[in-house]
Amino acid sequence: MAFIECRDAAFGYEGKAAVEQLNFKVEEGNYLCVVGENGSGKSTLMKGILGLISPMKGELILADGLKKNEIGYLPQQTDIQKNFPASVYEVVISGRLNRLGRRIFFRKNDRQEAYEKMKIMGIYELRNKSYQELSGGQRQRVLLARALCATQKVLLLDEPVTGLDPATTKDMYQCIRELNRKHGIGVIMISHDIDMAVREATHILQLAEKQVFFGTVQEYKQSNVGRVWIGERNDDECI
Amino acid sequence: MMSVFSEMLQYDFLRRALLVGFLVSLCAALLGVSLVLKRYSMIGDGLSHVGFGTLAVATALGVAPLKLTIPVVVAAAFLLLQLSENAKIKGDSAIALISSGALAIGVMAISITTGMNMEVYNYMFGSILSVSKEDARLSIVLCIAVLVLFIIFYNRIFAITFDETFAKATGTKVQSYNMIIAFLTAITIVLGMRMMGAMLISSLIIFPALTSMQIFKKFKSVVISSAVLSVGCFFTGMIFSYVYGTPSGASVVCANLIVFLVFTLIGKIRQ
Repeated sequence: MAFIECRDAAFGYEGKAAVEQLNFKVEEGNYLCVVGENGSGKSTLMKGILGLISPMKGELILADGLKKNEIGYLPQQTDIQKNFPASVYEVVISGRLNRLGRRIFFRKNDRQEAYEKMKIMGIYELRNKSYQELSGGQRQRVLLARALCATQKVLLLDEPVTGLDPATTKDMYQCIRELNRKHGIGVIMISHDIDMAVREATHILQLAEKQVFFGTVQEYKQSNVGRVWIGERNDDECI
Repeated sequence: MMSVFSEMLQYDFLRRALLVGFLVSLCAALLGVSLVLKRYSMIGDGLSHVGFGTLAVATALGVAPLKLTIPVVVAAAFLLLQLSENAKIKGDSAIALISSGALAIGVMAISITTGMNMEVYNYMFGSILSVSKEDARLSIVLCIAVLVLFIIFYNRIFAITFDETFAKATGTKVQSYNMIIAFLTAITIVLGMRMMGAMLISSLIIFPALTSMQIFKKFKSVVISSAVLSVGCFFTGMIFSYVYGTPSGASVVCANLIVFLVFTLIGKIRQ
């Protein structure tokens, strides 16, 4: 059973579709990379999946047991956060807010969950440090731990390596791969980096204001779109 | 210092003013942390001007001041919040427009009825004599409500202050909580305005949070430090004002300013 499925869906603002003709499925344990140029509708689709905007046409189906608030989201970092006074623990446990319901304070199991996720991400030792004092890579790990607190099933990552140096970028990709392979968490990642997508993901969704391609990485490599895109990028690199 | 303080407590009106001021400083400091971090400090300033205008109009019309001012300022808070969310750049000028507009209306209302006199001065810079028995009762109830709501929503307030998008994506009703913050801010400003003065009340919101952030790097520590500093500065300012006969509002703000400078210095040295 698919976690997330789009059937001829379109998303946009003020009656104008930013991305349309979407037909794809994300199944348990999949690693889907959403690729496309700026303005191709990647972020709009992401907002749709998060339920921040509703489909203008067609359907977006979330599987049973995956409530709207159970998608772990890793947004791009904002300027406000860079100087925000908050400890790593405070940030991570805020991911449990969707379990709070009508309660006022977090319980022991919320705290344990937060500790566990920090351990998975290797930031447990940093738990009392301030978010301000962390490096870019550490911050991303903190936000990933927070996203894990919000979900057991699927993570939605919005350009997770923006602004990271090459070594940290590699580290981040490995970390995401482990979450996917070892912990069986589905991953949907928005990215510019097609080479990485082909290397890391199981499925590719390419957008250009509509769906251009959806399928497995193998299918993508053999498709015309895929060959052109992977080829183009390599040509660019040669120059 | 303690003897001066106990001497102050012997006066009925001072006791009332101190109690209301204590509660308002506490509320303002707590809300201030979120407002400053969300870059909404200007909303506090805008609201106090709207409060001034409404207060003047209420006096001119002979209506009980708080009963008219609270709903108008709350409405203005929602409006300002909407403006600053919809168009980020326009929000700034919209606040300036509303502030000066309300100020002008207030001044007009006063000049037509009583003429520019002590009244305006008191509205602008505050007067501890303005806290009547009825005002005090209402202020205490509302301040306690603000405090309770802040504690109940503490975790949610943190989440939406730190990362609105994430909070929204995980099902938190961000819009409603922003409204609650705006609502609580509006109430706090109206209650504190008469004593601190329309020109000075917003400093009660901004200073403690900004001061605490110079040294403390965790949200909870910043919240607690803001509350302690705000209350401490309030009492220090009031005692100074009583002993040296300086205006109460300005004395409290000066105490806040001094602590801010000290904290900034300590923060710089630590780095």
